[in-house]
Amino acid sequence: MSVETSKQNDDQPATTGTTSPELIRLEGITKRFGDNTVLDGLDLSVQAGRHVTLIGPSGSGKTTILRLLMTLTEPDTGTITVDGQRLFPASEKELRDVRKQIGMVFQQFNLFPNMTVLRNITEAPTTVLGLSKDEAEARARELLDLVGLADKADARPTKLSGGQQQRVAIARALAMRPKVLLLDEVTSALDPELVAGVLDLLRDIARTTDITMLCVTHEMNFARDISDQVLMFDSGRIIEAGPPERIFSDPEQERTREFLSAVL
Amino acid sequence: MKWDWSAVSEFMPHFWDGLLVTLQALALGSVIAFTLGLVWTLLMRTPTRWVRWPVGVLTEFVRNTPLLVQLFFLFYVLPEWGLTFSALTTGVFAIGLHYSTYTMQVYRAGIEAVPAGQWEAATALSLPARRTWAVVILPQALRRVVPPLGNYVISMLKDTPILMSITVLEMLGQARLFSQQHFQFTEPVTVIGVAFIVISYLASLLLRTLERRLVR
Amino acid sequence: MTSGLWELVLKGTWTTLQLLVLSGLLMTAVALVVGVARTNRLWFVRFLAGLYTEVFRGTSALVMIFWVFFVLPVAFGWQLVPLWAGTLALGLTYGAYGAEIVRGALNAVDPAQREGGIALSFTPWQRLRLILLPQAVPEMIPSYCNLLVELLKGTALVSITGMGDLAFSGNLVRLALQESAHIYTYLLVIYFVIAFVITRLMRGLEKRLKAGIGKDPGNERTARAAKRRETTGVGGVA
Repeated sequence: MSVETSKQNDDQPATTGTTSPELIRLEGITKRFGDNTVLDGLDLSVQAGRHVTLIGPSGSGKTTILRLLMTLTEPDTGTITVDGQRLFPASEKELRDVRKQIGMVFQQFNLFPNMTVLRNITEAPTTVLGLSKDEAEARARELLDLVGLADKADARPTKLSGGQQQRVAIARALAMRPKVLLLDEVTSALDPELVAGVLDLLRDIARTTDITMLCVTHEMNFARDISDQVLMFDSGRIIEAGPPERIFSDPEQERTREFLSAVL
Repeated sequence: MKWDWSAVSEFMPHFWDGLLVTLQALALGSVIAFTLGLVWTLLMRTPTRWVRWPVGVLTEFVRNTPLLVQLFFLFYVLPEWGLTFSALTTGVFAIGLHYSTYTMQVYRAGIEAVPAGQWEAATALSLPARRTWAVVILPQALRRVVPPLGNYVISMLKDTPILMSITVLEMLGQARLFSQQHFQFTEPVTVIGVAFIVISYLASLLLRTLERRLVR
Repeated sequence: MTSGLWELVLKGTWTTLQLLVLSGLLMTAVALVVGVARTNRLWFVRFLAGLYTEVFRGTSALVMIFWVFFVLPVAFGWQLVPLWAGTLALGLTYGAYGAEIVRGALNAVDPAQREGGIALSFTPWQRLRLILLPQAVPEMIPSYCNLLVELLKGTALVSITGMGDLAFSGNLVRLALQESAHIYTYLLVIYFVIAFVITRLMRGLEKRLKAGIGKDPGNERTARAAKRRETTGVGGVA
């Protein structure tokens, strides 16, 4: 099944409207781990500025999509294009140029324990984008303000709570001013009382920026709030796609209905 | 660089003599290291610290000082005390003593790696101590002990050339003797070097196979 | 023992220390380069580094010393000063062991850290320099400390070639006094003291480096709850 994430019913204030250019394209993607087929001939197209949520049972290939886009893993077959640049094959230099446009927030945060919070955020803008130390620091402090951790700039990541670490990780990804933000189950590793803070922050970002977002989550209320498009995955395929209002209230597929009644 | 194959073939008979002495020293040294290490381990598990403390200090001291100087000590001091042994015997004992302070650590780690629940289960079955050791603890510890012990045998092999300093004619001793008599240094020393690389590589392959067997 | 003989021992100790520091530096450099090369993407870089470790770990340190002291001058015409010859032989040999420590520590860094670096579009070299090595180095220190003690013990081997280190000075004293129990005991004690100092220094270094990556050496679980960690404030919340 081929999926276009253009808007069908234009009832929300769209960032760029139906004519926004295609930013991400996956065609015929298959990915296997041993005997296990994680993605099975998948097609997907995402337009710039869209907020797409990937839902479905675990092991259905959602996270693999994000990891493919971040070039953390390679597909067995199929082509991936990001902003006109083909990913596999591509030179290390071309891959890095693509990665600069994509930010990723991981389930386990993946902050660097050998750096302070501030340097976690400034390191890539200075070494990768070539910002001056002052510019990067100004940008980082602004972002720390945004995520509500301005007073933790000089702390070590290991001294922060999970929720705080995840907010730093979000700031770190945003400091690169990416066109695309990949969110991989960003609240799954958090204690329940810390989840809301992180999700509120992401809602803010979704509302106030034009960053394209691909989001794997089990938080259905959050998915309903931020997304333009929800993709339901099962066994390596997208079995249903549509705006959140329809998917959550009136899914077409029996499998989607079962899944939603299990998680809601 | 000059390379003289005839020197190599002339040296080979001496090489085999040296290899034999090296392997003898290695085999005997290993036996001493394995048993003496076990003695240290058991002494370190005695309840009185009047035993544990001196044993701990002695083994720590031996482990942190050069084998070569220990060898000199035994070779020159023991005769002053009226104890005379052949150079090879002294050398074998020095190597065995030195490496026993390593094998004791291996044994200790092996015993400690046996889960506490195993001791408790044996107690719950009211097995006598001797039986607990023989059928529960040691068989489980053995698997963890063999690979590191093997590595120390390889290390010992590479330390055997030290024995030449007290006139033992193992491989390197033979090489030096040959070069002094024939004024050809390159060939014998290179042959010895290659021999060590080959032997220890083969030994490590053997050890890896053994390890895989034990894991199963 | 006369003061002249003591002076001999002192000189020998000084030579041993020089040799220890120089070969220690070479060993560290070799260990880092070869150890990092063993984690390289390209198979032939990994292969060459693996070959180096197998060959230099396979050979005996003393045979290597003989080779550098006696074969190198004859076969290649490279006559090195004894101190440098000893440094070369010991540094290359023990460096191969060090490479295994470096490789092990690099492989032990959480793979997610590498992915975090990729996601921020760092080059492989930047990932190594900024993320992997700073986290791996503190983990290497205990094994590296053991290796330094092994190296110290290895320096005694150069005395067999006639180089005037501590062990050699002991032999001279024995010949002068025709008595060996005392001098060899002194020698062993001096070596032991040097080894002890190395161990202490390395333990201090480990503590500092681990604090630098937000870890307490030793018991991490109880330390996390402990208040004293926040008050000492090493890399703390201030």
